[in-house]
Amino acid sequence: MLKIDELKVSYGGIEAVKGITFEVPDGKIVTLIGANGAGKSTTLRSIAGLVKPAHGRIHLQGEDITALSPDRIVSKGITLVPEGRHVFPDLTVLENLKIGAYLRKDSLEDDLNWVYELFPRLKERSWQAAGTLSGGEQQMLAVGRALMSRPKIIMMDEPSLGLAPIVVKGIFDIIREINKQGVTVLLIEQNANMALRIADVGYVLETGRITLTGSGRELLTNEAVKKAYLGT
Amino acid sequence: MEFFISTLLFGISVGGQYALIAIGYTMVYGILRLINFAHGDVFMVAGLMGIYLTSGLTPYLPPAAVIPASLVLVLVLTVALGFCIERVAYKPLRSAPRMSVMISAIGVSYLLQNTATYVTGGQPMTYPTLPFLGETVTIAGTPIKWVVILTPFLVVALVIVLTQLINHTKIGMAMRAVAKDFETSQLMGIKINSVISATFVIGSALAAVGSMLYFTTYPAIVPTSGAMPGLKAFVAAVFGGIGSIPGAVIGAFLIGICENFVKILPFEGATTFVDAFTFALLIIVLVFKPTGLFGEKATDKV
Repeated sequence: MLKIDELKVSYGGIEAVKGITFEVPDGKIVTLIGANGAGKSTTLRSIAGLVKPAHGRIHLQGEDITALSPDRIVSKGITLVPEGRHVFPDLTVLENLKIGAYLRKDSLEDDLNWVYELFPRLKERSWQAAGTLSGGEQQMLAVGRALMSRPKIIMMDEPSLGLAPIVVKGIFDIIREINKQGVTVLLIEQNANMALRIADVGYVLETGRITLTGSGRELLTNEAVKKAYLGT
Repeated sequence: MEFFISTLLFGISVGGQYALIAIGYTMVYGILRLINFAHGDVFMVAGLMGIYLTSGLTPYLPPAAVIPASLVLVLVLTVALGFCIERVAYKPLRSAPRMSVMISAIGVSYLLQNTATYVTGGQPMTYPTLPFLGETVTIAGTPIKWVVILTPFLVVALVIVLTQLINHTKIGMAMRAVAKDFETSQLMGIKINSVISATFVIGSALAAVGSMLYFTTYPAIVPTSGAMPGLKAFVAAVFGGIGSIPGAVIGAFLIGICENFVKILPFEGATTFVDAFTFALLIIVLVFKPTGLFGEKATDKV
């Protein structure tokens, strides 16, 4: 269980996250939804150790992991698929996958096969420079690369961003598949409809605060959510 | 003809020595987008260390062991110097604007030069004659030091080792990743500070080897001795496309060869204009290829 308590994060004097508390239970898919600038990315970035919170604590299975360096967070089993994918364009697909396992010293064979099974496309292109892949393929690579660290929790920042609907559907199928295989998922999305459909738990974030909590299904049918995020 | 061959040999040799310094500039630029102005002075300090260590060790070691021991120590201490400079002068400024880090680099450059003046009293010091490398051989009627003949081979060997390291090892992969994207590299679990330190360690080690070869060819060292070779190496790095290791090496060889041929041009004062010529060459190349011979298209970091 990942527990976030009273988390506050400031960027250059502006408080982007204003004291949020939420939980990510093991084995579940949890989603944070909210408009641009609601503080979703900042929350994930502070869990990943990229930004130091001004206040609040983050616990993983009861252990305080607040403000650990990013490499320590990765070694604890939490990984972040960044917004905009950020694959290493000059490295080959295979190198991108290997670098995802940077902290591991054991054999990568099984995990490479696992990722290639999830994304057969990556296997076909393993010797290609990642920069030559299409947007959807790069997203697959970014997810595969994160999986190579053998995470307990995978955080994803807007995996559907800029992708065609059919590709988005594929990515969400994979998210569900990864979760079925035992990886906890913390997903943030502007595509609230898609996210809530697969989520066990959803939180609505508005200008740095959590305003609504519920199961994915509850939030999908909630009138306020429908109006603000689902456009129905 | 003999004259031509010896000029060419000298050019290749000095070019190889520039190349060893240029790699340090280009690697640091590739990863930090920083022109490390102190790099030429690190090279000069490595030269002075060679002098002081040799005389310092003489009373304690058998004569045959003095030079090898001092060269090993020069290598180790230069690496330590490069590592410390990065930790003390650049690392605290990691999130500062690039211009601030550059000023810090200029500061370190002067600190090294002033310290050298303080220690040497500003007097030119003479580099010890290295066994074999410093000895002379006669080729085609011209006396040439072995260092001139061996430098290009040593440089090529080192460059091959370096490119293998960068393309086929884990730390090399991390270097390529960090050079592209700090933040995503961190998300992979890479400690970027260790990777940056590794870059300075490699650059300084090559500068130390460069100092042994260069000062064996030109044995007088003054506190500003690092400035001109450093600047030429920097020009070579830009010439080849800054950030690219093969570019820096090829650039350095070209500059070394060109400047030696300018010296023998049949007009009065040719030797005087060597340095101006080097920079004119850079300007011409940059007019036609603004990112250098092997430079990336995108000039700035995203």
